Amino acid sequence: MVRKLCIIVVALATLIISCSNKPADRAKKDKHTITIAGSTSVMPFTEKLAEHFMIDHRKFVIDVQGGGSTAGIQACLNNTVNIGMSSRELKEGEKTLNTITICYDGIAVVIHPKNPLKALTMQQVSKIFSGEIKNWNQLGWIKRSIDAVTREEGSGTRSSFEELVMKGREIDDGIMVQDSNGSVKEVVATDPYAIGYISLGLIDQRVKALTIGGVIPSIRSIKTGRYKIVRPFLYVTNGELDEDGKQFVKFVLSKDGQGILKKEGLVGFYD
Amino acid sequence: MIKNPVKKEQFVKWVLITFALSSLLFLFLIFIFILFEGLPLFHKVGLKNIILGFKWAPTKGFFGIFPMIVSSFLVTFGALVIGAPMGLSCAIYLSEYSGKRLKMFLKPALELLAGIPSVVYGFLGVIYIVPIIRDYIGGSGFSLLATSIILGIMILPTVISISFDALMSVPKTYREGSFAMGATKWQTIYKVIIPAAKSGILASFILGMGRAIGETMAVIMIAGNALRIPSGILDPLRTLTGNIALELAYATGDHRLGLFSTGVVLLVIIMILNYIANFGIKRRM
Repeated sequence: MVRKLCIIVVALATLIISCSNKPADRAKKDKHTITIAGSTSVMPFTEKLAEHFMIDHRKFVIDVQGGGSTAGIQACLNNTVNIGMSSRELKEGEKTLNTITICYDGIAVVIHPKNPLKALTMQQVSKIFSGEIKNWNQLGWIKRSIDAVTREEGSGTRSSFEELVMKGREIDDGIMVQDSNGSVKEVVATDPYAIGYISLGLIDQRVKALTIGGVIPSIRSIKTGRYKIVRPFLYVTNGELDEDGKQFVKFVLSKDGQGILKKEGLVGFYD
Repeated sequence: MIKNPVKKEQFVKWVLITFALSSLLFLFLIFIFILFEGLPLFHKVGLKNIILGFKWAPTKGFFGIFPMIVSSFLVTFGALVIGAPMGLSCAIYLSEYSGKRLKMFLKPALELLAGIPSVVYGFLGVIYIVPIIRDYIGGSGFSLLATSIILGIMILPTVISISFDALMSVPKTYREGSFAMGATKWQTIYKVIIPAAKSGILASFILGMGRAIGETMAVIMIAGNALRIPSGILDPLRTLTGNIALELAYATGDHRLGLFSTGVVLLVIIMILNYIANFGIKRRM
């Protein structure tokens, strides 16, 4: 009985140890591992870049995780990741990190495709989210309350939106909150009376991007500086990157890497 | 190994005691951990500003969670309004009316209902209940009503299985006595059996409440998570659990502490609920 128990415990222990350690050890021996974590807005694009990078560099393993801009920056400060991803500028206290701007992203104000509205001014958008405009008939559509959706406190997209659009106004407490670009898009795509804001790169036929102040959000209008709701996508590093990390960043900033980002609807450094 | 049978018995006993106490240890650790992380903010911002504060904007220094406390109670109450009568009726049918065959079929089905992950309930809510409410009743659909319906369904297995056990434990002689007095079946049920099983039925409701107030994933998906106290059943709302899960990923510094404070409040509420439940039930028994 006791012997059996001991054997089971030992077996379990070896199993757990072997499960947790071995893959990592193997990875360290003959593979180059880069861990990247942070903004959920940058993550899908980094994943795509990593995929392409790993096709040509078979010895590399790039581990991309989410968590949010702030978490990514913190992880970078603690040296738990090689590269942190951020979709907002660094704040005081984070400025010791090096930043690499990999591209620019527009934030599009989106509505359901069935909504006939095409354009809003910046002020109208900020009034919708501050709760001053509550009904679609105030914007020339049917009499129906607006189902505005915002992001949660602490999100990089939200803080960029507050800074670039709200300009001192506060986002109303009565507005719905979702915790990712994807779920905001899901709400807007299913609710004909919803309005929200998401990364320009995620726009497809399920949601409609509004013209803001007479400018359609597009790669072109962002590049020429006419579309104003734009934020940088940053990679942050704590001190000098190691050789592996440098190779990946070099790829991201190369013509190939930027081409991939452009295909995804982001604004890079090449035409 | 140990040869002496008495020593062997002792050894097994001590191993088992160690494991048994470990659950107590975990409870203690969770308690210490949450208090340790959550209390500093109470000291810094003030108990009143957190519990009775109306504004939650942790990055700007406001940590009021009063609307979330109210919302948590509202969804729990809503879940009971929907789940309790349904669950009790089901339990009564199962214990008093249904034949053996149907019981054999229904009970496992209910256990399956309990095993469905909450994210699946949330998904169903988003795909079906939210659009139906939006199209036929009004509002955005992400609302107190939708959350109450989903939570009402989620607490069904708890309510049914515990009140079923309570009804079954009513001695057969009670029923026979009632019938002998000339009472009909329904009279017997609501005059004799339900009063006799009252404490167990109450316990099932309170345990259902515990499930509803602690539910997180499904609630985040369908409650809409707005920060205001809902003014009607069609308004979105945010619960205490939802607040923690929604913002933890991005939170740092005081914001993170604020979420732990939310956890402290949740812990205290659940402790009070449990205390009331135990006290109430014991007195009635």
